[in-house]
Amino acid sequence: MQWEVVIGLEIHTQLTTQSKIFSGSATTFGSEPNTQASLVDLGMPGTLPVLNKEAVQMAVKFGLAIDAEIGQHNVFARKNYFYPDLPKGYQISQMELPIVGKGHLDITLEDGTIKRIGVTRAHLEEDAGKSLHEDYSGMTGIDLNRAGTPLLEIVSEPDMRSAKEAVAYVKAMHALVRYLGICDGNMAEGSLRCDCNVSIRPKGQVEYGTRCEIKNVNSFRFIEKAINSEIQRQIDLIEDGGKVIQQTRLYDPNTNETRAMRSKEEANDYRYFPDPDLLPVIIEDAFLEQTRATLPELPPQKRERFQSQFGLSLYDASVLASSREQADFFEKVVSISGDAKLAANWVMVELGSLLNKQGVEIDESPVSAEQLGGMLLRIKDNTISGKIAKMVFEGMANGEGSADEIIDQRGLKQVTDSGAIESMLDDVLAANAEQVEQYRAADEAKRGKMFGFFVGQAMKASKGKANPGQVNELLKRKLEG
Amino acid sequence: MHQMTLAEIARGLADKKFSSEELTRTLLARIAQLDPQLNSFITVTEDLAITQAQAADARRAAGETGALLGAPLAHKDLFCTKGVRTSCASKMLDNFKAPYDATVVARLAAAGTVTLGKTNMDEFAMGSANESSHYGAVKNPWNLQHVPGGSSGGSAAAVAARLLPGATGTDTGGSIRQPAALTNLTGLKPTYGRVSRWGMIAYASSLDQAGPMARTAEDCALLLQGMAGFDVNDSTSIDEPVPDYSAGLNASLQGLRIGVPKEYFSAGLDPRIADLVMASVEELKKLGAVVKEISLPNLQHAIPAYYVIAPAEASSNLSRFDGVRFGYRCEDPKDLTDLYKRSRGEGFGPEVQRRIMVGAYALSAGYYDAYYLQAQKIRRLIKNDFMNAFAEVDVILGPTTPNPAWKIGAKNADPIAEYLEDFYTITANLAGLPGLSMPAGFADGLPVGVQLLAPYFQEGRLLNVAHQYQQVTDWHTRSPAGF
Repeated sequence: MQWEVVIGLEIHTQLTTQSKIFSGSATTFGSEPNTQASLVDLGMPGTLPVLNKEAVQMAVKFGLAIDAEIGQHNVFARKNYFYPDLPKGYQISQMELPIVGKGHLDITLEDGTIKRIGVTRAHLEEDAGKSLHEDYSGMTGIDLNRAGTPLLEIVSEPDMRSAKEAVAYVKAMHALVRYLGICDGNMAEGSLRCDCNVSIRPKGQVEYGTRCEIKNVNSFRFIEKAINSEIQRQIDLIEDGGKVIQQTRLYDPNTNETRAMRSKEEANDYRYFPDPDLLPVIIEDAFLEQTRATLPELPPQKRERFQSQFGLSLYDASVLASSREQADFFEKVVSISGDAKLAANWVMVELGSLLNKQGVEIDESPVSAEQLGGMLLRIKDNTISGKIAKMVFEGMANGEGSADEIIDQRGLKQVTDSGAIESMLDDVLAANAEQVEQYRAADEAKRGKMFGFFVGQAMKASKGKANPGQVNELLKRKLEG
Repeated sequence: MHQMTLAEIARGLADKKFSSEELTRTLLARIAQLDPQLNSFITVTEDLAITQAQAADARRAAGETGALLGAPLAHKDLFCTKGVRTSCASKMLDNFKAPYDATVVARLAAAGTVTLGKTNMDEFAMGSANESSHYGAVKNPWNLQHVPGGSSGGSAAAVAARLLPGATGTDTGGSIRQPAALTNLTGLKPTYGRVSRWGMIAYASSLDQAGPMARTAEDCALLLQGMAGFDVNDSTSIDEPVPDYSAGLNASLQGLRIGVPKEYFSAGLDPRIADLVMASVEELKKLGAVVKEISLPNLQHAIPAYYVIAPAEASSNLSRFDGVRFGYRCEDPKDLTDLYKRSRGEGFGPEVQRRIMVGAYALSAGYYDAYYLQAQKIRRLIKNDFMNAFAEVDVILGPTTPNPAWKIGAKNADPIAEYLEDFYTITANLAGLPGLSMPAGFADGLPVGVQLLAPYFQEGRLLNVAHQYQQVTDWHTRSPAGF
């Protein structure tokens, strides 16, 4: 049987507001437990929530960026359940009237095609605290620093058809929220977390299969692995004559398996109702327009501009536009070097592999955009060849300074003085008199191959510094002559 | 000294006839002597009171004035008071010392008031008889066999017994006005949003409102002045200027249009109360008011709607009392579920548990539309009824309660009978309107109250009408025998 996979995602993004969504406490990560919990965050009797306008602004920004309907009358609701790290016994969230309605996000697939993924809604809510089970021998510690941190929960349509598509979507969403400056995207610290709804159906069937939700997956790699393992589990189950039951599951990276957490029957009845402590949020048109004016250029526009302005391929443009930091880096290199294609190549290939090797992000790159741009200038003005450039780049990565400094110190400047090149060539030809004889006797086809040998010898003799164009030209003249 | 109203105290303090400390010591002694009969206080804050009184006297000596500077009062025990037990009359919060002051407490303290203590109440403000308190029932000073009404029954009994001149209360379905009526006081529930709810432990958030309880409308004006106003900490408080309530008390009632809803005079109303209500109308006519019969057709739906909305909100509001961070925790919980179940089962009394269960049921999947949404629709209908009525009249007048105070225990077997006592008061909470109860006579020695309702933010009009009425009647001046 051919199976089709159906995936929908819920992404929780922590908004980078100065203070919490309903209190004035700071939102800094990693402080001593319970030092960032105010009376409101502790759920003290008599305390009341006051909505943080910055969180609303960020949510609206996001809504505009995914071309969504903005809930200009949106309402906070209480989601009631008991848990020790949920201080009030309810979470303030949004149910019927979220702040962001239907929108969409385009993702670039591996084959370079673009697929549009629907976003059902996005709503604001407060995060819970943390339960700490270790170090308290039989007891549980509660840290409420995170309680009340603003979250934007982004719910997608079930539009993804493979784990790879799902990852591409999360990556695009990750890039978008960072572009917008509304989330730091730090998945290890839980700033961006993902619940994956996965089901399968026989290819061609219109109805969806029964879905399972994998909770709280927090890396791109785990998202792919968790979904694939869940797909395989469902296929095996059905092909063995079993049935998928609607469940919430957890992914265990150690075993690469998902395991059941609770079934639909055990699910809480959250008894949602509008929070009477908060008024409906009314978003005026003027506020929308003000917020729209603050939107930066977003990945799709940037991608298109990179194609039209710089003549890049769709693929190169998408890769470079996929993160704001990378796009900014690239544009800086272009502005210094004046050569977009060269810049694209170096940023994607050499810099890409360097970052990969060192396991750092582009904003921590050991080679700055200024350094790289300066080096490309030297390629363009023939001070160095592409080959020498790789040595210079390595030098920059090792902290040896700017391209010019390295070229200078190591004496890598290309030789362009034709007199010097000629005398060097004369030496090379004299040292290889036998090969010269053979060359001169050979026919055109053979000569082509043999020519490379002389070039190689010449470059070796010049330690790579002779201008390759000049070497070619002069060598040809001398051999023919 | 204990017979003085707040206004008289203000004059006495201003004229240096006595100090706030002297007055405070007198009243503290009176509380110690008489409150054992009434049980109106949960906590008497003697040290705090003396300190505050001395501070008020010092401020006055430094030249400061102010109607509330040095004025003694008490707070219903659901207003958070820093460093003082704030129990909501529940075992659940018996060990809870609030880490902060409610806005009402802070504003009144800033005005120079002296806090004598925290008054008894129905547990979590759920009740109309003040019988559900963990600290025992409060007795009505007019007849110690009878209830003082609730849920602000402790504040009512204490002020009626002249233990102090005024107190704060809260009103979710009548909890200021009904006990005021049953103890011969003047009590005002302001417009929803007029007084901050920050620090006022919530029963039903969309209905709760704090207000003053005192012996006269004039005193209520002074207290409301100290309580009212916008608060950034309460998103439902409204940024509307606060008028000078005392300045408006003496306006003439000439031409005042009073509406009397025909639905008020239904079978449930004690005929003695009906007669007293009509007598009060006659008095107001003499002052120049004109009276008109009006209709509030959805009145009958108010109690059912209230007993869906209030418990629904309460079921959620009271979820934070889970034994985890503060308040009562059961002994030796064997796991988390056991901790929750026993802490809440042992910490909450039966009426609170009943309302939590009713509320959770009304909000549960499959019932929400039929109960909660339906109740919200009724709420809008009731509000519309009032809007229509206020297009024709300036105030609405009627009984505050269908019956005078009943005997302690008389309605214990039938919670619905107690719920029906809020028949006249609940609509003001559902619509968010201001309402006032004032003394209007006695039925066999038990006080009877008349309720006035006004459009939003017309507290001044209510106080004006009540004050004018109190200039020509003396019901409000009568004090219970033995106090």
